[in-house]
Amino acid sequence: MTPKAAIRACADRLQQAFVADGATPVETDILLPAETLLDLYGEDIRARAYVTSDPLRGEMMLRPDFTVPVVQMHMDHGADPARYTYLGEVFRKQEHERQRAAEYLQVGYEVFDRETPVVAEAHVFALFAQILAPYGLHAATGDIGILLAAVEGLQTTERRKAALKRHLWRPRRFRALLDRFGGRKRMPESRAKLLKAAAGGVEALLDKGGPEIGLRSRAEVAERIAALQADAAEPPISAAQVDILDHILSLRETSTNALEVLRDIAVDMPALGAAVARMEARLDALAKAGIDVAALDFEASYGRTTLEYYDGFVFGFYADGRPDLPPVATGGRYDALTRVLGQGDGIPAVGGVIRPELVLTLTEGRT
Amino acid sequence: MTLKLGVPSKGRLMEKTFDWFAARNVQLRRTGSDREYAGAVDGVDGVELVLLSAGEIPHELAAGRIQLGVTGSDLVREKIADWDSRLRVLEPMGFGHADLIIAVPKCWVDVDTLDDLDAAAAAFRRAHGFRLRIATKYHRLVRDFLREAGVADYQLVDSQGATEGTVKNLTAEAIADITSTGETLRANHLKILFDGLVHQSQATLFRSRREGWCDGMRASFDALADRLQLDL
Repeated sequence: MTPKAAIRACADRLQQAFVADGATPVETDILLPAETLLDLYGEDIRARAYVTSDPLRGEMMLRPDFTVPVVQMHMDHGADPARYTYLGEVFRKQEHERQRAAEYLQVGYEVFDRETPVVAEAHVFALFAQILAPYGLHAATGDIGILLAAVEGLQTTERRKAALKRHLWRPRRFRALLDRFGGRKRMPESRAKLLKAAAGGVEALLDKGGPEIGLRSRAEVAERIAALQADAAEPPISAAQVDILDHILSLRETSTNALEVLRDIAVDMPALGAAVARMEARLDALAKAGIDVAALDFEASYGRTTLEYYDGFVFGFYADGRPDLPPVATGGRYDALTRVLGQGDGIPAVGGVIRPELVLTLTEGRT
Repeated sequence: MTLKLGVPSKGRLMEKTFDWFAARNVQLRRTGSDREYAGAVDGVDGVELVLLSAGEIPHELAAGRIQLGVTGSDLVREKIADWDSRLRVLEPMGFGHADLIIAVPKCWVDVDTLDDLDAAAAAFRRAHGFRLRIATKYHRLVRDFLREAGVADYQLVDSQGATEGTVKNLTAEAIADITSTGETLRANHLKILFDGLVHQSQATLFRSRREGWCDGMRASFDALADRLQLDL
């Protein structure tokens, strides 16, 4: 076990690199109001974060990550553009024994920049790559923006696209929906029965449901039935389009090759164009920042199983030959999260975190 | 050290447990007065009977303070993180059956499956500005189940009793609770989702996997297991 003081010293060294890059060191509270985090991340965060209660302030959480408090701090009184760095403990409940640390240090770096998002992305990634260069890590990258654009490009209803986008971070559920919308799987029997009954009159059907109880009103039930009826009348998403989406989801290549593949796909799915152009601009910016993009791995589905707040470029740094270790560093773009926290008023944001105790483990492993 | 067997301290669960052991030629009995929580095991040497609340047996087993215990499989899964690395099922006992299910108002004629629940939750959140509330006391079981099923936009609210009434009282939109016949659900205008069975619980004999076992205990356990004809 590495002593805490050694980890702290390592964290300080890492943070110095961010400060040298022009980042302002910031501090945040450790006790955070649970409501914001629950609203943002859903019930899953309750399983992962330590929840406690305050007699006056209600449910509180021990900081599960820095992103939310740093974004809030910036939105309350920060001026754009801004670069921040932070260093401190985060707390994650572990449901399985002998697994991972429940309390550990994170050193982070966040950039809020409206002007040149792809340059900011390349800058963050290149900085992490440079700081972590001595440890021989392997970088993984992806782009949730490509996936969102691909869903947007499907020739189908807005409602179906919204349902797919909502489940982008739950791959199995996403697959089930895609199979249904694509006509590969039939609707559940109960749905068929409901539609048949509704054809005989929705009001009569609702009457048969018995007394109205609870907050979800009769009108809301009627509205969903209408939506189901409308959806049943829609043609399935074409097999060709589902194939395109599958092709994108399974794409694993070097960044340069991935870009070529995506360019080809964009010929058949023009809606992909803007996201592909953005990826190209990012690769140019990465190359300018000294990254060998021809050797940089790109995995289109990377980042789909994390908490759902990254919505663009995503990256992680892994220790090869140490599958037992979590990623040493992770990061990405999270514009949508800033929009939610800013009640519609967002700011383009990209950043990442390093776990110093893992850096130290790797250093010790080699000496 | 004697081997400790934890058994529910009162009610039908205790009686049925005594009957189950008796049918296998192991007599469990209370000692002292009716109100004293003390007991004895006849038929096997070196086994001590400990009478406990059914809800405390999972933790006592996981902590290794008792080596064997009878409790509901739902309680073990709910109360013990990573339960199967800490406890082992010796035998489902065939009584104390109860289903943990997810139920919604019967007037939601559009909701019959988890898939529907998920869609309704998304629309509910848009309309009401907060996540659809599911009242339960089985947080871990229900959360794991809904995550597996890919249901989003819900939140769990704690309900330690009269859970079926929470919908009418506007403190929840749906519930996850234990039911055996479903009568209370029907009386409260609720219906079970077709695929809403979270866990089928029954009284189960568990063994602690923890250290704290000595040779004497192992010998007593082997004798008991032999008598109970456990398939180990």
